[in-house]
Amino acid sequence: MAADSALSTVVAAGSLDCKFENAANPCGFPAPDTGIFFFDDLASVEILGMTFGFNKVTILVILGVVIVLAFFLWAFRRPKVVPRGSQNVGEMGYLFVRDGIAREVIGKDGDKFVPFLFSFFFLVWILNFMGVMPFVNFPATSVFAIPVAFALIVYLTWLPLGIYRQGFVGFFKGMLFPPGVPKPMLILLGPIEFLSNIIVRPFTHAVRLFANMFAGHLLLATFSLASFYLLTFTVVGVLGSVASVAVAVAITGFELLIQALQAYIFTLLTAVYIGGALHAEH
Amino acid sequence: MSTLSQGLLIAAGENEPMPSVLAVPIDELIVGIFGFLVVFGVLAKVALPRIKAALEERTNAIEGGIERAEAAQADAEKARDEYRAALAQAREEAAAIRTQAQSDRTAIVDEARTEARAAAATVTAAAEAQLAAERAQATAALTRQVGDMALTLATKIVGQGLADDARVRATVDDFLDSLEQSAREAKA
Repeated sequence: MAADSALSTVVAAGSLDCKFENAANPCGFPAPDTGIFFFDDLASVEILGMTFGFNKVTILVILGVVIVLAFFLWAFRRPKVVPRGSQNVGEMGYLFVRDGIAREVIGKDGDKFVPFLFSFFFLVWILNFMGVMPFVNFPATSVFAIPVAFALIVYLTWLPLGIYRQGFVGFFKGMLFPPGVPKPMLILLGPIEFLSNIIVRPFTHAVRLFANMFAGHLLLATFSLASFYLLTFTVVGVLGSVASVAVAVAITGFELLIQALQAYIFTLLTAVYIGGALHAEH
Repeated sequence: MSTLSQGLLIAAGENEPMPSVLAVPIDELIVGIFGFLVVFGVLAKVALPRIKAALEERTNAIEGGIERAEAAQADAEKARDEYRAALAQAREEAAAIRTQAQSDRTAIVDEARTEARAAAATVTAAAEAQLAAERAQATAALTRQVGDMALTLATKIVGQGLADDARVRATVDDFLDSLEQSAREAKA
């Protein structure tokens, strides 16, 4: 085989180049691992004695913020009663969040939280979407810190809101000891509810988004890399490469769906938590 | 560990084991938090109130349009009712006028007929009276002429001397009376 002879030549030469990832390369398939989720700082600033680094993740978050703001400031720059063009698109998004999430989940007092939910939905969506955006190819939400930041904001919103609306005792009593449960069960239920609502909830809220985007990006990276890796000048190589490209394309389409869905779920859960804080559970 | 990540780590200038994916670098966390707060602040203060106002305006415009349409419909219905009422009234008036005209015509015709009858009767009466007078006159004249002719004839037959005799005149008159009588009887 030509590849074998080339390989032996390379080995004989003693200059093994593992940076060129190809099946003809003897280093084996360099399956992407968690390393693809860590980036070097491109720049850093010192603020209050703390080094603040700008890597790909932070730059993408800032880019996402700019894109969301630019689009909606443009779309709603001079809203007309009869909408045209980008206003139509923006309005669809607004009505989706208002009617489909805020009013549906929270109820009629959900209108106050539309900007909050709207911001989450579109910021998370654009950050997710960057996973398939050409030349960007990385969803900032697949780095745990970003969903944690968002989930933390949600947590620090609904917890004080619930205490403010229902009172400290009323809020925790309603949450930990739901009415209609037999008294002995409350001994068991109280700690479980406390654990699930106060401790685990923000964690799952963040992990749900992070894990979906993390897995999606890893899949895309694996098949994209494989399509290069498998490409040799043999029938098997070409077929394998083409198959890998096809799978990568299919996963990209699937990811488009997942990105929107996860943004929706994150926002929906935010609305559920806020709704629970506003109204005592049953 | 694969070559790619090794390469990345080498490129990063570190040879330490990779950090956990669940690690939360403080700078990324801060960027995430402030990124959201900026989006939320600007959208909540600037962009979304505008679209909210536009949507409310649209709702008002639609509701106003519906109200206007309802008002227009009410106006149209009112105008239609008025038109129908006017039409019914006009029909009633027309019927009344027609009835009146009918009765007027009958009255006029009756009157004309009565007048015509009266005139005809007058004319007939005058004609009859004139006819009667003329007949009486003609009868008288004829009677005298016949008497004269009879007398002349009798004189010629009997001979002279009878003329102007009072007795003869009486005889002739008797004869004529009997003639008239017989004529009257024949007529009857």
